[in-house]
Amino acid sequence: MPKDSGIGASTKRREDVRFLSGKGVYTDDLNLRGQTYAVMVRSSVAHGKIVSIDTTAAEGMPGVVAVFTGEDFKDVGGNPAGWLINSRNGEPMREPKRPVLAHGKVRHVGDAYAAVIAETYQQAKDAAEQLAADTEIEELPAIVDMAAALADSSNRVHDEIPDNQCFDWGWIEDNRAAVDAAIKNAPHVTTLELVNNRLVPNAMEPRASIGEYFPGTGDYKLTTTSQNPHLTRLLIAAFVMGIPENKLTVVAPDVGGGFGSKIYHYGEEAVVLAAAKKLGRPVRWTAERSESFLSDAHGRDHVTKIELASDLEGNFIAFRTETLANVGAYLSNFSTATPTFLHGTLMAGPYKVPNVYVNVKTVFTNTAPVDAYRGAGRPEATYSLERVIDKMCRELNLDPFEVRRKNFITTDMFPYTTPVGLPYDTGDYHATLDKAMEIGDVAGFASRRAASAAKGKLRGMGLSTWIEACGIAPSHLVGVLGSRVGLYDAATVRVNATGNISVMVGAHSHGQGHETVFPQIVAEKLGVPESSVEIVHGDTSKIPFGMGSYGSRSLAVCGVAVTKAIDKIVAKGKKIAAHMLEASEEDISFADGKFSVAGTDKAKSFGEIAFSAYVPHNYPLETLEPGLEETAFYDPGNFTYPAGAYICEVEVDPETGKVEVCSFTCADDFGNVMNPMIVDGQVHGGVGQGIGQALLENTSYDENGQLLTGSYMDYAMPRASDVPFYKVDYSCQTPCTHNPLGVKGCGEAGAIGSPPAVVNAVIDALHSGGHTHVKHIDMPVSPSRVWSAING
Amino acid sequence: MKVSITVNGKAVSGEIEGRTLLVQFLREGLGLTGTHVGCDTSQCGACVVHVNGKAVKSCTAFAADLEGAKITTIEGMNNADGSLGTVQQAFQDHHGLQCGFCTPGMVMSSAALLAENPKPSEDEIRHYLEGNICRCTGYHNIVKAVLAASGQDADQIAAE
Repeated sequence: MPKDSGIGASTKRREDVRFLSGKGVYTDDLNLRGQTYAVMVRSSVAHGKIVSIDTTAAEGMPGVVAVFTGEDFKDVGGNPAGWLINSRNGEPMREPKRPVLAHGKVRHVGDAYAAVIAETYQQAKDAAEQLAADTEIEELPAIVDMAAALADSSNRVHDEIPDNQCFDWGWIEDNRAAVDAAIKNAPHVTTLELVNNRLVPNAMEPRASIGEYFPGTGDYKLTTTSQNPHLTRLLIAAFVMGIPENKLTVVAPDVGGGFGSKIYHYGEEAVVLAAAKKLGRPVRWTAERSESFLSDAHGRDHVTKIELASDLEGNFIAFRTETLANVGAYLSNFSTATPTFLHGTLMAGPYKVPNVYVNVKTVFTNTAPVDAYRGAGRPEATYSLERVIDKMCRELNLDPFEVRRKNFITTDMFPYTTPVGLPYDTGDYHATLDKAMEIGDVAGFASRRAASAAKGKLRGMGLSTWIEACGIAPSHLVGVLGSRVGLYDAATVRVNATGNISVMVGAHSHGQGHETVFPQIVAEKLGVPESSVEIVHGDTSKIPFGMGSYGSRSLAVCGVAVTKAIDKIVAKGKKIAAHMLEASEEDISFADGKFSVAGTDKAKSFGEIAFSAYVPHNYPLETLEPGLEETAFYDPGNFTYPAGAYICEVEVDPETGKVEVCSFTCADDFGNVMNPMIVDGQVHGGVGQGIGQALLENTSYDENGQLLTGSYMDYAMPRASDVPFYKVDYSCQTPCTHNPLGVKGCGEAGAIGSPPAVVNAVIDALHSGGHTHVKHIDMPVSPSRVWSAING
Repeated sequence: MKVSITVNGKAVSGEIEGRTLLVQFLREGLGLTGTHVGCDTSQCGACVVHVNGKAVKSCTAFAADLEGAKITTIEGMNNADGSLGTVQQAFQDHHGLQCGFCTPGMVMSSAALLAENPKPSEDEIRHYLEGNICRCTGYHNIVKAVLAASGQDADQIAAE
């Protein structure tokens, strides 16, 4: 019988009521007295020297109140990379300054070099066009292709970096010789070169920021589309503008999706704050979608060669990869972690492969910065592994299900540390594979293939068995891996005098449903109705601290911080109850919302305890403080390791090359599940994005660094007609062993596991049609690519 | 210039420029910020409203062209007592939204579909909603919500 409230219930989302009624409040919905409008002036060339900017005409245009250029910010700090990665030779990565506004040079199309502030949006827009016309930029040759960038030191994205390389990273360097030897001596080696296509995250709400300054107190306020308001505050305060942290409030109100792109601090946020101070008026900026395409951090963009050494029965002996990863023109905040520790450490997959070595060279190019996008590094690892395994199965004529099965880490092997360093705590990869085969009806595939053939279509089935490390946290691990911040989270549980509860959480909800799920946990633990619990998030002035939401970390890190704070509330409640009931604290137990004295019928309700805490007329104040509010910071001992098996079936039209996804089956292990309805939705969304990557989406720059896919007319977003209903199951549950909720995280799974399942299915379809010369097709597997592969 | 229209049953008028888009008039002129702007090429559908009963992308209509028109926005979809209307309720029941940003347009398009076609098939729903982009849901629960709003057994159809 499904529960109707608390942990494990599919409680309907309370936030939906405002979103469905048009009463959400997103950043651009705010309307402030005296507000002004900022428009950025962006480079139309990929690479150029700023020769001159004449602001005179723009400044004299109607309504214009200020113009800023890179010159105005040249003495403030740069926007830093959050992770320091060392090259194989021990040298630290190259870290060029990322200025608020470009100064001296522009480095990608869309690189903002000036901002115009005016009374109305249209006035600012008109003046920005004037300023662009009054700017002289000497165009330099664009650096777009990664291999060419590394080979040519005469043309540099950053003048001080001769070969355009950020770092050359090996993981684990001590494995290298053994892996080389294993591959050299192996009975069989499968080699695959592939591209993990560059994507634009495309949260439906474009980025927006509003700066305010309060001269009476010297306080600043930034309202912004952020997944991570505390980090934004920290970066602006400590690195970019030098504003004391306690004089800056960052608010992220309703945020319309993020998928990684809104984790980071962007220059526009500093511009609106600086402008607000100068003008003494609010300054607002909202990106047009075209600006989002040009200036949001993009995702993926890896070129990889992977080798899989095996015996002739398909037992894995070694994986070796060489990857070029594009970081774009500047280092975005997580850009150096994504291709390294979120990618290389996952390169053993769920397999007991003894030897793994990963090499990643990151390259600066004249393109938008590239950073973490849903999955972040783990989709790249999974795609390389699952594609090369599929290719190996074809080369050796082996069953792809059986090959996974024989190579899986087995349940008796946990905890299991992989050759790339991650200590997996628990999992059951055979169980999720069995479940996927059952609900995906693998047994019935032959008849479905025959039915497709009767229609002239080629049907294929593709498998992907994936694992990720998420609940992005443990400070002690990420510190070893180069992180410059700790990754924990925090929560304050405030029981009000009238018994209702406010919970201030460091996680930020931009679609995940925290406002519903966190109260489920609090209600379960305290025995109160969910409706009496309210979540406060996205406001640095109200929340103790937080590291935001990304890396499927909200529940596994912040959710646990909430439970730790609740534990403290219960402990304090016992003290209060002991006083009220004239009993010893040790004799008080708490269950079902009541504090009781063991062995008696004496009890106080949670509400009575709360009221007493705020009306402490006779408290022994030496030993018992008034109030009922507790804060906990939680820093877990390990990542969490969700895993699963995905099966995709496609039909390919051999006449046109069009691929249709007929069915998509997911069997995942997320550990314990707090709200099944929301978990379903997270998987659906991730798979939708993964199918988008596999079949539709591509970010294309031409040789001059012009973005060819800069709008929804050119960048193929998945639409309702591009995807099927998905079959989703997470009944195989091996709870996480190191957090008290036993949760693992589900936000990125779909985007990680699905792309290789789709591509493997397409290759399977083509082989079934006799097109066995097709070994690989790069994503997006578009009709033209499929048709060319068939006919090539 | 001045424009007079009816929005959610109320007569309103306001000063506009010739270039003022309907969505700007709604959001900035009337403070009806439930209608969203998600793109600049009339592709995403976050701004869909009803103009004289038809679904229209309000980023593609000049306010000046709509003198006398009857407009319904997401703010006009709730029942008289403030509760969610049928389509809205189906979206909540079936978790047909996550971040909520595309949602107003999705609801308005879905309501327009159901007005034209009270019992659409899964394919008809997916085809009709091609002009509305959602990045969160993978569309699964949106299609289910529309099926449910039309009185069909969404769980059964999705499982087939």
